[in-house]
Amino acid sequence: MSAPNAAGWRPSLGAANDSAAPSPTASGDRGLMLEEALIFELGQPGKCGVDLDEPELEPLPALGRHLRRQACPLPGLTEPETVRHYTRLSRQNYAIDLGPFPLGSCTMKHNPRLNEKVARLPGFADVHPLQPQQTVRGALEVIAQLADWLIALTGMHGVAMTPKAGAHGELCGLLCIRAAHDARGEAREVMLVPDSAHGTNPATAAFAGYRVESIAATAEGRIDVAALLARLGPDVAGVMITNPNTCGLFERDIKEIADAVHAAGGYVYCDGANFNAIVGKVRPGDLGVDAMHINLHKTFSTPHGGGGPGSGPVVLSEALAPFAPLPFTMRTAEGVTHLVEEEDAAAIVPGESFGSRSFGRMTAFHGQMGMFTRALTYILSHGADGLRQVAEDAVLNANYVLRRVEDVLVAPFAASGPCMHEALFSDAGLPEGFTTLDIAKGLIDEGFHPMTVYFPLVVRGAMLVEPTETESRAGLDRFIASLRSLAERAGRSDESLKSAPHLAPRRRLDETQAARKPVLVWREPASAAD
Amino acid sequence: MRYLPLTDADRSGMLAAIGASSIDDLFVDVPAEARLPGPVAGLPLHAGEMAVERHMSRLAAMNLSAGSVPFFLGAGAYRHHVPASVDHLIQRGEFLTAYTPYQPEIAQGTLQVLFEFQTQVARLFGTDIANASMYDGSTACWEAILMASRVTRRSRAVLSGGLHPHYAATVRTMARFSGETIDWRVPRLEAAPDDAEVIAAIDGETACVVVQYPDILGRIPDLAAIADAAHAAGALLVAVVTEPVALGLIEAPGHLGADIVVGEGQSLGVGLNFGGPYLGLFGCNEKFVRQMPGRLCGETVDADGRRGFVLTLSTREQHIRREKATSNICTNSGLCALAFSIHMTLLGGEGLARLARINHARARRLAERLAAVPDLSVLNEAWFNEFTVILPKDAREVVRALADRQVLGGVSLGRLYPDAPELDRGLLVAATETCSDEDIEAFASALTGVLA
Repeated sequence: MSAPNAAGWRPSLGAANDSAAPSPTASGDRGLMLEEALIFELGQPGKCGVDLDEPELEPLPALGRHLRRQACPLPGLTEPETVRHYTRLSRQNYAIDLGPFPLGSCTMKHNPRLNEKVARLPGFADVHPLQPQQTVRGALEVIAQLADWLIALTGMHGVAMTPKAGAHGELCGLLCIRAAHDARGEAREVMLVPDSAHGTNPATAAFAGYRVESIAATAEGRIDVAALLARLGPDVAGVMITNPNTCGLFERDIKEIADAVHAAGGYVYCDGANFNAIVGKVRPGDLGVDAMHINLHKTFSTPHGGGGPGSGPVVLSEALAPFAPLPFTMRTAEGVTHLVEEEDAAAIVPGESFGSRSFGRMTAFHGQMGMFTRALTYILSHGADGLRQVAEDAVLNANYVLRRVEDVLVAPFAASGPCMHEALFSDAGLPEGFTTLDIAKGLIDEGFHPMTVYFPLVVRGAMLVEPTETESRAGLDRFIASLRSLAERAGRSDESLKSAPHLAPRRRLDETQAARKPVLVWREPASAAD
Repeated sequence: MRYLPLTDADRSGMLAAIGASSIDDLFVDVPAEARLPGPVAGLPLHAGEMAVERHMSRLAAMNLSAGSVPFFLGAGAYRHHVPASVDHLIQRGEFLTAYTPYQPEIAQGTLQVLFEFQTQVARLFGTDIANASMYDGSTACWEAILMASRVTRRSRAVLSGGLHPHYAATVRTMARFSGETIDWRVPRLEAAPDDAEVIAAIDGETACVVVQYPDILGRIPDLAAIADAAHAAGALLVAVVTEPVALGLIEAPGHLGADIVVGEGQSLGVGLNFGGPYLGLFGCNEKFVRQMPGRLCGETVDADGRRGFVLTLSTREQHIRREKATSNICTNSGLCALAFSIHMTLLGGEGLARLARINHARARRLAERLAAVPDLSVLNEAWFNEFTVILPKDAREVVRALADRQVLGGVSLGRLYPDAPELDRGLLVAATETCSDEDIEAFASALTGVLA
């Protein structure tokens, strides 16, 4: 009788015909590539992952006509099912924790875990925004200390802390400008926005009631200063400048522009999305800026969380500071930090100081406290020296990518000098039929998140790479090798690139179908209702 | 520096590789007079994890945390028990450290969560659809008014006096600049909400009526009647929900005729956090979808025909439409939406209903006990988990005196309405499932002492 496994085969040796493609699996999963159904397909009505006692009292009789006729039609899951559902879903996401995330103008840097720990201290996380001030001195002190740092790092006069995100901060800055002109009895209707600006700039200007006029860029990727100066006049409220700009370049004429705008009675708004390039190196207040939002979720490392929450404090010049929104913190002569709300704004704020002529409230409560604790923790960890090193390393990393890739991908402004913290490429040099999208999707197969694509609009097939300072040289070398390989594959018209990605949880998704017949909520399949 | 991977050798090697002699060569475009010679003067230098944690912990310890004392605050932010698994799951790096899902092939986790979230919010609100979240309830409220103006091509909004005063203030600030006309009012200390006054204020120019449900004083307006009156005048009803747990017990606004329902989602999954970050909820009738603000996630298929999700209808949004966009919003509240969605998944519809009944029962118990405090009366006839009591003196002083006795005893109307002295004696109190009988007793006896 022969042995049942005479050859001594074991799984680690592999199958005899190892090169064959794997069969489709019955489960739809492929090893650690796990598919996951929707909670509406997994859950059952009545199932619950929270143990709740029976209520001891019936609803008030007066509630009778208001009572919900039937329970909200949502399935529940127990805790093990819930943990598994979200853990499996999480594995279909790329994240900074997995590798470089070089989205230009997004500053996807490492999110330190100390920040998360601190934000969860009960003294910060379990405090109600309307507790009496005597019970929240530490929370107010966090806001005040962060404000002090932001003012010092930008060389500005004051900072409005309540805006919820970058675009909300832009709105805050523009409303300060409008309030300042209103106070002078001037009705200025036009906001100048360079055509390389992020889309939020013109959208915010329109939201604030301005008419937007575009200012062109020069061939070297900077604002056309002559065109801008020629447009100034009594109808122009101001200009929104991104500096460093979205082409990755420093607007070296910003001081000249600011002086001219001020002479014409306008104000300079600076989009601070790219502050990471200059933090600790340059103070926008020294360049004539009147208002600038700071994305705490970019420069100061609060997590992006798959699309927020953000936080967008706005630093203000002396001219705009009196118009800042409510509420805000103010230190008394005794060194106590006080929260100034509607109640006491008029009573205790000295004339012409910060917030004395506030344009009002732009959100409930006092701002993104959970982001303030994280950002302050980040700032204290780095200190003034570490923050300066952040900017230097971020700029060095971007220039390293620029110079190591510019021979295989067109870098339209490479001749304009060093870039700041992001390197801009174009698909202009790729063979007919190959585009930026193919490079981006190819990067996914290489195990990287793509760069920002098709932005800024002023460059054909833009690819904006922002490595950030938290990438190592070895990590950058791997990314550069992949980018070069993709450029070379496109260069020899490798058709497989056009259908990339091949190795991600999904292939290219049909966005046209999604927009033509939008399916925005899950509905019971028709057959199940029969 | 523990967060910076480049070594000095890396730096000099990389500078050499790009042909720069020093880091200063890379900053040549900055005007020389604006370049700082060294670290910003007068600021501390870098610090280790232990030192930073000590500094922040000291600041945290200066605050009286809600969980450490009897606690009865609401007014748009509610203390609920958040299951431990919620905070664990949102800290997975794949959720925490991902960006907005612009590359859907490697963001299906976030996208599927958003699709599930949109469905949960729509079902909770009784609307056809919902978006992927806004900043918070107050900004969502303003966006709803703007959307109603786009839909109706009118520009007047009528605000109920029951709308949260911070929301009303946000709306009034924004309207000063946008040109909308806002007809607003402060609440009166009456048992019934101001439905009749709101209905009387609707005219042929009215784009929308904005009604909070339950309202700021905890009363429950008759949305169906207001919706009928609004629709008869060609206006929309915008319902505002600051306590979504209430919708486990009382009817969904969408089922009562509300055209747009917005709200604050903080109650589920998020925690108090001294006021932020929270998340704005936004649902509406499907026919208005192209006028909606904010991100939307939609279902589609990939090149192999497999189900997948993408951000969609982005031609409404600022990054495509620029100054013609429906809103300037870019970042939303993704991680808070995830927390909300996980908490809602754990509860399910029936769990939410039971949680709501428990909240209501706790608030009934609180009302019974407070009614026994001398010189105090309960204003409301109906409420969910929050109601108003009338004190014999200014509630601001009472709240401060209670805090001195280690009781966080509600929100004074004087703080919310500093310009309406007739409300000074009003105190807003809330009870959730986190309030024990002992807490209620401690509150009532402290209040008795303060008022004595």
